[in-house]
Amino acid sequence: MAENVLLRHEDVPDIHKLDVYLAHDGYAAARQALMTLKPEEVTAQVKESNLRGRGGAGFPAGVKWGFLPKDSDKPVYLCCNADESEPGTFKDRAIIEKNTHILLEGILITCYAINAHTAYIYIRGEFAYGAKCLEQALAEAYGQGLFGKNIFGTGFDLEVYVHRGAGAYICGEETGLIESLEGKRAYPRIKPPFPAVYGLFGCPTIVNNVETLACVPSIIKNGPDWFRSIGPESGPGPKIYGVSGHVEKPGMFELPMGMPLREVIYDYAGGIKDGKQLKAVMPAGSSFPVLTPDEIDVHMDFDSMRAIGAFLGTAGIIVMDEDTCMVRALEIVDRFYHHESCGQCSPCREGTGWLHKLLVRLEEGNGKAEDIDLIDRICTNMMGNTVCVLADAAAMPTQSYLTKFRDEFVAHVTEGGCPLKKTAVQPEAA
Amino acid sequence: MPTLEIDGQEVTVEDGLNVIQAAEQVGIEVPHYCYHPGLSISGNCRMCLVEIENMPKLQIGCNTRVSDGMVVKTTSERAKHAQAAVLEFLLINHPIDCPICDQAGECKLQDYYMLYGAYKSEMQLEAKVHKGKVVDLGPEVVLDEERCILCARCTRFCDEITQTGELGIFERGDHSRLSLFPGKKLDNPYSGNVVDVCPVGALTSKDFRFKSRVWYLEKTPSTCTRCATGCNIDIYHRRGEVFRFRPRQNPDVNTYWMCDEGRHWYKSFQQDSRIPTPLVRDESSFTVASWDEAGKRVAHAVRSAQDGHGADAVAAIIGAKATNEEAFLLSRLLREQIGSTHTAGLSWSPADAFHDDFLIHADKNPNTQGLKSLGLLNGGGEAEAILAAAEQGQVKVLFILGADLVMAFGQKRIDSALGETTVIVLDTDYNGTTEYADIVLPIAAAVETDGTCTNQAGRVQRLSQAFLPPGEAKAGWEALALLSTQLDGPDSVSISDVFSELTHSVPAFAGLTYGKIGLQGIPLAGPETGS
Repeated sequence: MAENVLLRHEDVPDIHKLDVYLAHDGYAAARQALMTLKPEEVTAQVKESNLRGRGGAGFPAGVKWGFLPKDSDKPVYLCCNADESEPGTFKDRAIIEKNTHILLEGILITCYAINAHTAYIYIRGEFAYGAKCLEQALAEAYGQGLFGKNIFGTGFDLEVYVHRGAGAYICGEETGLIESLEGKRAYPRIKPPFPAVYGLFGCPTIVNNVETLACVPSIIKNGPDWFRSIGPESGPGPKIYGVSGHVEKPGMFELPMGMPLREVIYDYAGGIKDGKQLKAVMPAGSSFPVLTPDEIDVHMDFDSMRAIGAFLGTAGIIVMDEDTCMVRALEIVDRFYHHESCGQCSPCREGTGWLHKLLVRLEEGNGKAEDIDLIDRICTNMMGNTVCVLADAAAMPTQSYLTKFRDEFVAHVTEGGCPLKKTAVQPEAA
Repeated sequence: MPTLEIDGQEVTVEDGLNVIQAAEQVGIEVPHYCYHPGLSISGNCRMCLVEIENMPKLQIGCNTRVSDGMVVKTTSERAKHAQAAVLEFLLINHPIDCPICDQAGECKLQDYYMLYGAYKSEMQLEAKVHKGKVVDLGPEVVLDEERCILCARCTRFCDEITQTGELGIFERGDHSRLSLFPGKKLDNPYSGNVVDVCPVGALTSKDFRFKSRVWYLEKTPSTCTRCATGCNIDIYHRRGEVFRFRPRQNPDVNTYWMCDEGRHWYKSFQQDSRIPTPLVRDESSFTVASWDEAGKRVAHAVRSAQDGHGADAVAAIIGAKATNEEAFLLSRLLREQIGSTHTAGLSWSPADAFHDDFLIHADKNPNTQGLKSLGLLNGGGEAEAILAAAEQGQVKVLFILGADLVMAFGQKRIDSALGETTVIVLDTDYNGTTEYADIVLPIAAAVETDGTCTNQAGRVQRLSQAFLPPGEAKAGWEALALLSTQLDGPDSVSISDVFSELTHSVPAFAGLTYGKIGLQGIPLAGPETGS
């Protein structure tokens, strides 16, 4: 791809400043949308572009907007999901901090399309700097009349609020986010009804991820055909791949959707650190199955990943080299889900903690042979049986570790501990 | 009216029911913890997972509305497996301290373990998450955080029913715990209901805990007599002692709830002030008498007053805690056997009695409406008029049934009214008024007698005899039947017999039978009671 869209700050320094952004066609797409297109035409273009949600689920954004009831007399809200908390994922943060206005412009266009006059950016509490960036950029944009009353003289009004979360992974689940924004515990809601029908304050609400919204201006500016030409038709567009772990050049790479995972790791992230062998990759944050080295020729798009029983998720790629203890790695993953389960549904509340305890026991060398099947059984009992997918997000990677690296788990039992002799299990998080 | 299939049975149910409710109609219990028909849907326990044809995932019965043609399987392999799995999750961190848990015997964890679980324990005790024990929530309730399964019934009760919002769930994951919001106490007039809605032993009643194993208690359905609302209750008792009242479901009266005042009302029936035997006054002190002896004294007093001063020299004041049957029998005795027109009802409550717009009524009598239907209360000055007549020496014999006149009118007034009158008191307990009695006839308290009361909305509801009254005391209707025979009137052999006579002579009750009233009561027809 010639130019970065989402990571444009790599091409244009200081693009987070309004004057720089404006000097580089900033808010031209918004102007075009508000002044020349009807809201439904904007939605139609986004639908046509086949922009799929970048928060992990890959639901087509335009279709989601189309679920808003046509005859409601309630206000419509847009919630920008900036609660980026998925392990190994740091793409939204980059957009928020370095390419702030493209997100704000995406919010403006989206609000126009869905006829929302209030938007909330729900930003992860730990992103203090990001929240400051957003506040500053908003202040600048309000100053230029890009938000507020009568934007571009079209009569369209929009207020945008930045809301900082208080530190819970579950606030990134869209209905948990809504509950939290309403001032309550972020217990995900039972669906249906979906937020498009019954969302924030009981009103029709669209929740979109940062990266999704940041794609919107480019669709309006360059047209849906342009967007669809980037990567596979089934889920096209620019995509940020975040690579972390045992690679030479960890970082973010904006590439077309559908890049082979191998290429991202070896060509962009510089391959495995210190010339070691690859052992495993979590290609989609931590909530989805782990891949083995013989699976990394997969293309990183929603459908190709599904075809091998994996997911694209956030495309936060966590690379593990040959020295990695997979029991320890899974223990860390499940410690996270134990810590972050909201506690609403019995299977997740009790299951995540149970999984973690069993993994600590295995890693410490106190595991029993039957623990491996017990872990598998707990996962099966958690999956699909809860209000939201956090239980699945814990169970799926866990089962994949057991299946793909079973020998290592068995070895921890038979050898009474980690054969890699790197056991330094961290104390269980409070 | 959707028609659907549940576990192979076809059933047509009313619109808007969920799977749990629809299944209940064909006698199938879908196991559940967080679902409660009186509260909003929470969907957190996941125990009611059922299989529904054409839906790939199992669905929670509580949040699934039934629709036409739906095929529900509550006991398929998949559903049973999921239910057993949820139960296992709920139990891994549960202390399993059943031997010392007050909920044992009426615990849904125990019940479902027998039905769905019955597997071996996979979790060692030391690995369990530990939380707070014996947490004081308020005057009524103690919390054991480890037993809590976080179903949020209690928090929903406080949010939705009392709207007092004292309780919340704090922390996350398996460290989640039920707690009071800072600075709050669970101290609202209905707080005891959280103990009833708690499906496990997390919330226990300070009043009831450790008093008895529930399986030693008998349960008798009845009506609370604390106020004119008449909440439907179950009396839990053993060997002539009540251990607790619990609300019994009645959609037309109290739905699922009762107040704390009513919950503690059972204590009023088992105080040291209960009168154990008939008493007759000889000179200044009481002596114990047999019923026969006391009855003869009553007859003698009545006949001498009648002969010397005319029938209207005999009068009666009937308190609104008397049942319809007691009030009917005494007023009939006065009217028919004696020929007196001086029969008055009395419905007295403290002026500052606590009341609200939910279940707690300002009228602290269970049967004010009943006395109105019987024509004993109209303007409310009836008892007053009798006292005035007594003050003028016109009342020679006064029956007082279930009314403490000293409490209602003050000692001074009663001194001047009853100084010269032969006073016959029928009551459960010694009180200010028994001091004035010449003959005391001990009768059964509300938990010891059958009968009916008419609540403030004009609904006739049954009281049930849970056990016999103490000592020589008799059910009020039996005592009055005995007096009737002493005065050459008819006898009554059963409560339904009395009720049947009542329906024949009181128009408001026409057409009713004791059996028809059943356990849910029946609204009285007629403008007088305005149901």
